[in-house]
Amino acid sequence: MKVAILGSGNIGIDLLIKVLRSPYLECGVLIGRNSLSKGIQKARELGINTSTSGIEYIQKNPDCCEVVFDATSAMAHTQHAPILKKMHKFTIDLTPAKIGEICVPIINLESSLQYKNLNMITCGGQATLPIIYALRILNAKIHYVEVVSSIASLSAGPATRINLDEYIHTTERAIKFFTGISNAKAILNLNPAFPCIDMQTTIFAKVDDLDRNKFTKTAAEIEKKVQSYVPGFKILLNSLIEDTCTVIVQVKGQGDYLPDYAGNLDIINCAALAIAERYAKTMLHKEMLCDQS
Amino acid sequence: MRSILISDPTLRDGNHALQHQLNSEQIAKYCMAAEAAGIPIVEVGHGNGLGASSLQLGIAKLSDNELIRIARTHLKKSRLGVHIIPGFATIEKDLRPAVEGGVDVVRVASHCSEADITERHIQFIRSQEKTVYGVLMMAHMIGSKELLIEAKKMEAYGAQGIVFMDSAGNFLPQDVMERVQILVEHLAIPIGFHAHNNLGLAIANSLAAVEVGASILDGCARGFGAGAGNTQLEVLVGVLERKGYHTGIDFYKMLDASDLAEQTLLKEIPSIKPLSIISGLAGVFSGFLKPVLARAKEFDVDPRDIFIELGRRKIIAGQEDIILEVADNLAKKAKLI
Repeated sequence: MKVAILGSGNIGIDLLIKVLRSPYLECGVLIGRNSLSKGIQKARELGINTSTSGIEYIQKNPDCCEVVFDATSAMAHTQHAPILKKMHKFTIDLTPAKIGEICVPIINLESSLQYKNLNMITCGGQATLPIIYALRILNAKIHYVEVVSSIASLSAGPATRINLDEYIHTTERAIKFFTGISNAKAILNLNPAFPCIDMQTTIFAKVDDLDRNKFTKTAAEIEKKVQSYVPGFKILLNSLIEDTCTVIVQVKGQGDYLPDYAGNLDIINCAALAIAERYAKTMLHKEMLCDQS
Repeated sequence: MRSILISDPTLRDGNHALQHQLNSEQIAKYCMAAEAAGIPIVEVGHGNGLGASSLQLGIAKLSDNELIRIARTHLKKSRLGVHIIPGFATIEKDLRPAVEGGVDVVRVASHCSEADITERHIQFIRSQEKTVYGVLMMAHMIGSKELLIEAKKMEAYGAQGIVFMDSAGNFLPQDVMERVQILVEHLAIPIGFHAHNNLGLAIANSLAAVEVGASILDGCARGFGAGAGNTQLEVLVGVLERKGYHTGIDFYKMLDASDLAEQTLLKEIPSIKPLSIISGLAGVFSGFLKPVLARAKEFDVDPRDIFIELGRRKIIAGQEDIILEVADNLAKKAKLI
């Protein structure tokens, strides 16, 4: 199935490399703004069709894709979303624009496919919500959740830096959405340490009625499931002291575009890719059923 | 006689020493004393500023709104300041309510090499017609030229002054002078310095800063602050006056305010204990002292080893969660031996 990638920044190019590896997807076009940008150059080197005319390219060439990944910025996506909706493009939004239905593959992949615009929340959201989901599976009474992520400075491009407030609001909104709690907090640190630190996220949860052993087991199962689409996802520490559950997760990237410390890039793109692949498979299956009947 | 603008974060940085448990009465009393002394800017807040009350950094006794409301009631001539670090706090959740609550001065801070995360917050404060300073924390982690690049970004965003912080108490006077000189030479806005006393140099470093052109200094009554504490404000005011700088502060009333601080705010007077020296030399954020001690006890490991390892890994403020991991690793290693 053909996809278009909007945005030639770190996220866009990392995603492109992942798409090229996918047996289900094919990149119809990578769209940037500046024909001299590093991202566009890289895409050309890889022999990919590129454009610098923005969303207009998709409007003029509607057959270039069925799926659109938007890796621009929250502000740009608010302009792109209505256009893509009109064109019936299955849209996966990697900006914190909060327009589409939020999706974390291990939580709600199947039910998300009925929507036409899916929001990938944030890297911190993709890293922490699977663990928070483990608390929910066990019916723990959750009072408060706080997630603290540290990412390497070099992995945070200009759009990420300008979107820090949106990162926080979007992550907190997603935690509230998936838990039903009213009080959640997200914190993001950019760490300039060299050599670069791997993406690391700590989940603190104030909980009642949580069995420590059951939680350790469920969290380990969740870890395995996430690893099926994010190979570098790993639980480093899991503790329950009184009513505070603390889980530290590390995400190592696959080193596709930026080196492997950029787990933040990797996890959100892996999630987006998992959705696009499932969408492609579902569509293929539907076509086969049509052919048979 | 050159004027030095004194900004007093006793009720913000001091909160670190009490795990952010300052209460309404303490805020009210110190604000009244600071107002009487004519301290130009009085900061309040969680130790890490707006929106920082959290399990990661400690839950504050009072909400930001309450802190601001109480301080606002008691500050008339003195301006009310807050500290904010993007990544912890946002414009909509934290900054707008603070401005609506009557804050006069906002200090938008980032780790020294990450000034570009402050752009929107600085611009927002300018649009609200309040005073905004850019703050570069942990300034010992980069050289003076890199510091200048970051300070210039903040100036371009609209900051009306740049304060750089020796958050770990690591600087020697020549380190401070080198940085102040380059900033004063290349920026059109006032330059400030915020010291910590880990190596006993807070006053000396502050004096060194103004002698080469800094015009904003931070200090706390009795040095109230995390670990070895901040620059002791009443000493600073005395030293500045003796050197012929004008602060506009009534010195006797400043001394009274410092006595009041000791009686009503401080659990213990900051002093330079071995671990403060270690953290200063290792270049680790002073605010890590309490959590490091807690984790050392929990995992039965030497807190000095934790500090050295945190310094080696260049852990920065906001990464308190790594203390747990380091302590855990040290404990596991100890078991293997």
